[in-house]
This record gives sequence, structure tokens and C-alpha cells, in this order.
Amino acid sequence: MALKMADYKTDVHNDWCPGCGDFGIVNAIQMALAEMGLERDKTAIFSGIGCSGKTSHYINTYGVHTPHGRVLTFAQGAKIANPEMTVVAVGGDGDGLGIGAGHFVAAGRRNVNMTYIIFDNGVYGLTKGQASPTLKLGEQTKSLPSPNTNYNVNPIGLAVASGFTFVARGYSYDVRHLKDLIVQAVNHKGLSFLDVLQPCPTYNDLNTRDWYAGTDLMDEAQKRHSRIYKLEEHGYDPVVHYNEESEINEKLTQSLIKSLEWGNKIPTGVFYKNEIITPYTVRLRDKIPNYLENPPAKQNIAKNGFSNTDITQILDSLEV
Amino acid sequence: MSSVDFTWLIGGPQGSGVESGANIFSRVCAEMGYQVFGKREFYSNIKGEHSYFTVRIADKKIHSNVNDVTLMASFDAETIFRHYEEVIPGGGIIYDADLEDTTTDKVHTLDAPFKERLHKELESKNKPFSIAGVLEIAKEKGVLLYPVSFKSILEALAEETENPRLKGLIRMFNVIGVSLSLGLVNMPPDSLQKTIGTIFSKKKEIAKINQQTANYSYNYATAKFENFNHTLIGTQKEPGTLLVQGFQGTALGKMACGCRIQPYYPITPASDESVFLESNEILEIIDDRPGSTAVIQTEDEICAMGMTIGSALTGTRSATCTSGPGFALMTEMLGWAGINEVPVVITNYQRSGPSTGLPTRHGQDDLLFSVFAGHGDFPKIVYASGDVEESFYDTGNIFNYADVFQVPVIHLMDKFIASSVVTCKRFDQSKISINRGKLLDKVEDGYERFAFTDDGISPRSRLGMDNGIFWDTGDESDEKGHITEDPILRVKMMDKRMSRLDLILKEIPDTEKAVSFGVADYTIISWGSAKGPILDAIEMLKKEGISIGFIQLKLLHPFPGDYVSSLLKDAKTIIDVEANHSAQMGKIFKQNVNREIDYSILKYTGRAMTSTEVYDSLKKIVENKADKREVLMHGA
Repeated sequence: MALKMADYKTDVHNDWCPGCGDFGIVNAIQMALAEMGLERDKTAIFSGIGCSGKTSHYINTYGVHTPHGRVLTFAQGAKIANPEMTVVAVGGDGDGLGIGAGHFVAAGRRNVNMTYIIFDNGVYGLTKGQASPTLKLGEQTKSLPSPNTNYNVNPIGLAVASGFTFVARGYSYDVRHLKDLIVQAVNHKGLSFLDVLQPCPTYNDLNTRDWYAGTDLMDEAQKRHSRIYKLEEHGYDPVVHYNEESEINEKLTQSLIKSLEWGNKIPTGVFYKNEIITPYTVRLRDKIPNYLENPPAKQNIAKNGFSNTDITQILDSLEV
Repeated sequence: MSSVDFTWLIGGPQGSGVESGANIFSRVCAEMGYQVFGKREFYSNIKGEHSYFTVRIADKKIHSNVNDVTLMASFDAETIFRHYEEVIPGGGIIYDADLEDTTTDKVHTLDAPFKERLHKELESKNKPFSIAGVLEIAKEKGVLLYPVSFKSILEALAEETENPRLKGLIRMFNVIGVSLSLGLVNMPPDSLQKTIGTIFSKKKEIAKINQQTANYSYNYATAKFENFNHTLIGTQKEPGTLLVQGFQGTALGKMACGCRIQPYYPITPASDESVFLESNEILEIIDDRPGSTAVIQTEDEICAMGMTIGSALTGTRSATCTSGPGFALMTEMLGWAGINEVPVVITNYQRSGPSTGLPTRHGQDDLLFSVFAGHGDFPKIVYASGDVEESFYDTGNIFNYADVFQVPVIHLMDKFIASSVVTCKRFDQSKISINRGKLLDKVEDGYERFAFTDDGISPRSRLGMDNGIFWDTGDESDEKGHITEDPILRVKMMDKRMSRLDLILKEIPDTEKAVSFGVADYTIISWGSAKGPILDAIEMLKKEGISIGFIQLKLLHPFPGDYVSSLLKDAKTIIDVEANHSAQMGKIFKQNVNREIDYSILKYTGRAMTSTEVYDSLKKIVENKADKREVLMHGA
């Protein structure tokens, strides 16, 4: 029987603040899982620390809520050991781009076939609103004693530069669009990254839902001009179609340029997609021919309670 | 027949083939039936600094190095400056005659503190600050000198084989040194030719040049060198003898016991183990398709630990391998593995700390750190192996502990073991039993990962298993694995996890907790690689009619206090031997056994203990002449 969105929900009480952008993201994930009909016990959500870290408890699949900044390390380990699983990692921008920035970059280089979603709200919510890596220099959200003294990380640009092969941005209040992006990200062959703009109604009083909706940008006819727009509606082609340097460079460059757009016009949608670069699991298969059929998690390691690994040959080579 | 106990030392600049020279020598001796105990010392450097190898050869089982060197083969000046004192009267020094006039100020890698000590010594004996000076001292002591121009050997050889390329091949100096040495001790030459053939079996041309060089040098020594009284002509070979490098015990243990993933970050002296695993990544499986070990080089030790845990959640036997500085980074996640009851194995090849410390030198520095690693209370096991042979079987056992008790296990190894090359009995893989504890193959409905059970251990599902859905969290959790802050549930969960420490002490057999080599009035307690020097020192004292007991502790956390206490009940004086500054094990011992340590024998120069110096200290203790805290200093 086909699974419905409700099947992917747990009965765990959700304690996010009313109006939190995280709700949209968790709904979009559940909708995407239902649309893809992914088996619950072949799917695992890994999460980091912070409000977004609780996501794994709200989704009725395997859920692994990991230490701060380390979600990608756990998720990659599980995926490499059991490549049959669908693995989605989630976390805040502080988690992934602050304390976890080193893992973010290294994960890009590895290109393990899985998805990473960052809940990007510019603040550390659970610790009462300190500036997080995506908050702009000089901005002062409401609980900051003084304006932010750090320049911001560009998540899309960093992902592209690090080697992520699918890089996209969604908006937590456009749940359908976000769901579509998640489906594309999960179906992508390689490491996919989704930067999700997610207003924190409690601590980020700058990048609010109204701000994204452009209520401050009314024209004379009292018409709003949403800051968010969709790349795909403007003829933007993110895909690297063939394996040539000029093609790759063009698509990389255009995504980097697009990633710098901010202010009155903020692009969402897919910035970059490259399936020519091999995923890590394929690279492992090139070294270990039966890796995909007989990955670490599937290997039988014992016979009648004793080792079934035959190390005779190695021992012979060491024998004198 | 008089017994053989011979130590050969080869030294030279790092990168000049000291290690391969030592490998050839060790292998020849092992092939000829001798027991071998070799140990490599090197700087944190790629090329140029002094590195040396001491290979002890005997016709009975040996477990350590001694202070005395019987024969030294050097092809640079620094080796002579640093080691001439170690060569015994009647021993020999083979050296490059072209170096005699070299003065200490010409050897840039001689560091200031060493040079100062050397100059003082030479001054006091009225000798010039040169190779000639130190060799005079050696000669006066009764050391036989064997000067030979390495360059002229190459020149003569080039002529003889009509291969002018050989003339400039200083890379051959190591083979010359080895072959001169073997010629001097009359080792049958066939074994040398055969060994070189085996080592270079994939490079026929190189094998040939090496064999020619070996042959020429060997004959040179037998023809020109005289008066050396030590011979190594071979002895009865024990069937089923391996010549292994120290890190291969845990690596082979991991392969045999089904460890199928090892994420790691490069660090000395641990990486050799991971590289060896990767070099043998495809595994033969009895009656099944090939298996494999996925060895993943990560961006740091944090990721290595995260990946290891992530992988373990899929039911895969998972390990990582590191040294102290890397383990420091891993501790962040150790508590996560603890609270989520994840079986993982961390092999820690310890080195001298703190911080980067002496990065390529030995130390048993991380015991207290391992026992207390991680914030908060959670169960874990800290286990130490005493030598390479033990480490193979111990690796099999600790993966079982990890699975059965669902805890992280820290396996303490060290640099001394990692960079030793020894003969030992062939590992018997049929003794590696596999016990996966409550790991499930099938899950019934209503599964709860952290369900309360009689023994405090819950059945374990694996990521990706039908019906087995669970949640993990670093927060306190309920039976399903969802976050809870309920005070009552918190206490129940905490008690459930921590009850495992008692269970571990109850379930692990006594023979795996500690090994008694006999108890006497004077009894040593120790752990890890100090075992070897202790066993040999005890043997030396036994010949003098002095009996010393020895308890080797293996399970160090949870500490088997009652068992150790019972073992020691007939001991009157307790001597703690370990390679660190603060007698770390002694501290844990005192916490858990209601007894005082009477003496400590400690070493923290960064060099492994020799049995000679352990013997010396033990003797002082027995003669009531020792300090409460004996500090060992031998070794360059």
C-alpha cells in the first residue's frame, strides 16, 4: 500500500516556536518522502544540534540526532556502510557552516550519494539568538548586543566550490516548491545540497516572513514585490550537460554569480547540477569490485560463531 | 652449544634505507631460525635526520631490546657519534673509512644538547671531536673496528659487473652494511641472496643489483675482516614462525574478526595500520564471495569517529585507528556512542604527549585520558595489549566486548609495538570467535531500541532493517530513542547504561582481564608494551636466583579491582612499571585496590624500555638501593 504523508510523521510533540520556518521544511521532507514512496525502514534522517536537530524525531523513519556540527560525518559513515539506504542529513546554518564547516567542504570533495539540507535562519536559536554564519556583517538581529562583526558565509557558493554536485535553494514558506527541490535532491546521483531560507520568528527580526515577501517593497499601486524568485522561471539552466571544461566552468561560474544575489532579489531553485562527477560509492566500487552488492553492512563475517575471513595468504607472506 | 644473544644496530639519515636494511637483516636471521626483536627509532622528519634500527637476535624467545650492541653497521658519521658507546667490548663497528676525519661540527643534524654531552665526554678523555676520536674510545674499550670504504666497494663492484651505474648508487649503502655484517658473523650467504630475492620479487632488475652488491660485500667481509668472535650460523627454525611488524597484529585481527570499515585520519604511529588494511582491502571469505574493508581517509579525526559510529549503526563492525592527539578530537563523540550504546572500537597507538609531544616516539601516555575520556558518565571499555601476538587475539575479543556490551572500546597500543619487527607464532584465525551479542537479524513489531531488559542490554536493530526503526540522540532518551527530560526516566536510563560496568567485570573471563606470570614477594604490576622488557628482565634475575612476580593488566576500565587484589595477596612489595611520567596505571590501581605501590619504574624519554634497564632497577629494588621512583634514561 502506498505510503501517505501521515505515515512519515511521528507522534512526538513538536516544540518549535509558533510560526517557525522549520515546520515548512519538515512538512516538505515528509511530502517528498511520500511522493517518492520511500520505504520508511530504508530511509534515515540524520540531524545536527539546535532546533533543526529535532527534525529526525518528527519523521517516522530511522532517525539519528548527532553532535553539533558532525551530522555529515555520521550520515556518510552510514551511507558508505549501507549504500542501499536513502540518507538525508539536516541541520542549522551554524551547525553546518560554523562548527561543521570543515566537514561541509570535505563532504563536497567526497560526493557521497545523499542529501544535506541546511535550515538557514542567520541565528543560533536554541542559545537565544547569537549571530550565525549566514548573518551579514553589520546586521543586528534583536538579541545581539551589537552589530554582527563577521562577514557571512555564502552557502551556495561554498557548496559549489567544495564539489557538491547538486546545489539548490528553497524557501520554507513555499512548501510545494521546497518539496520538489527535495525530490530532485534525493534523486540526484551524488551529494546534493539544499540551502533553505527559514525565518526564525523569535530571534531574527530582519529576515522575517514579511521581509522575504517584500511587504516593505510596495509600489505605488500597493503591490508587493516578493524578494524570492525562482531560477527556473527565468530560463536558468543549472545542468552540466557534457564533460568538457568550458561547459563545467560556465555552469560553475553562473551558479557562483547567482549565489551572490541578495537584497531585493533572492534566487531559489537549482543553481548547479553535475552528474558527470562520480559519487563516492562508485569510486569505492572501482577499488572493490563487489562493494555495491556486498557492502560492509551486508557482509557475513562469521561461520558457526567463528571468523570466516581467510587471512592465510597474508600470513603465508609473513611466515619465515 | 652456547646460547646466542646478539644485537645489531644499523643507523643512517632518514630516507637512506635504514629500514629496508634492517628488514633484510631481520628476515635473514628469522629465516635462519633465530628469534628476532627489532625496533625502529626515528625523528619526526622525512629525510636527513638520524634514524636507527636495533635488531636483537637470539636462539630463545625474546621480548625486548637490551642496552648492549654487539655489532653496529653505520654508513654515516652521525650513527657513530650517537651509538659508539653502546657497542660492547668484543663487539664490532663496521663503518665507512672515508668518514674518519669527520668532525662533530660537520654533522648538522647533531642537536645542541647531544653535542654538548658528547664534547664533554670527548674532552674528558682527551680525544678530538671527530669520528676518529669516538672510535679511539671504542677501541680502548675493546671494540673491534672494521673500516671499509663504501665508495670503493661500489667502484670495485661496478668494474667487476661492468655496470658503471653502480659507482654512484649510494642507495646501496644499506645493503652493503647488511651484507658486511652478515659476512662478519658467517651467516650462510644463501639466506641473504634468497631474502633479497623475496623482498624484491616484483622488481627483478633491482633484485639482481642488490644481490650482486650483497654477494660482493659479503665476500669482502669474510676475506678482510678478522678476529670477530660472534657468529650467527643459524639454528633450528620453529615451524609456523611469522616475522611481523607491530601494527599488523591489530590489522590482521580486524580483518579476521569482521571489521569491515575503518575511517581514519593520518597520524604517526597509527596510520601504518590503516594503510596495511587498505593494501589488503579485498578479503577472502571461506565458502562465500569476497569481502572487503572500506578504509576511508577522512578530513580529521572528528569525522573518522563520526563515520565509524554512523557505520556501526548499520550493524557493521566498525573501527578507527589513531594516536593521542587524534583521540583527543574523537572524545567529543565518545559520549554519543556511550549514550546511544553503539559498539565501536578505537585503536589508539599511543605516543609521547602532551600535545604534539614527541610525535614519533614512544609513551604509554593516554591511559588516564582514555579512562576519563568524554564528558558525563557513560560505560566504556579500556583494554591494553602487551605485544603484537596478543594484539591479534585481543582485537578479536574486544570486538566481541563492543557488540555484547554495546559500548565503545578503546584499545591501547603504542609506538613501541607499532614500530617493532618481531618473530612470533603464526596467528591462528580459527581461535577468533565472533559474538555479536544482541544484534538482531529480524525484528518483531513494537520494537524499542532502548527497551529495559533484565541484564540492562537492549536488542539492537540496524539502520536499514525491516521493522527495526529506532531513533538515536545525544540527548537523554526514552525507550524508542526520543528526547526526554523526565527526571525518573533519566535515572532509569542512566542506571541501565552504567550497570554495564558491573556486567563487564562479571562476564569477561578473568584470563582476559589480567595475566599472572607468577607472584613473588616482589611483584610487578604493569600494562601494555612494558610487558616485553619486564619478562626479559625477570628472566635475567631468575638466573641469579632472584624471583620476581608479574601481573600484566589488560582490562583497565572498568578496573577488575577485586580480581587484581586477589592475585596480589601473596605479594609483599608492589612495583609499578610503565612508560609515562605520572605512573598512570598506578593511580587507577590505588583507586581500585586497597594497596600502596611501593616502587615505580618509569620511563618518559620517548624511547622504549630495554630489559637491561628494567633489570637494573629491579635489582636495586631487591637490594634495597632503589628510589621510590626509578626513572629510566637509556636510548638515543
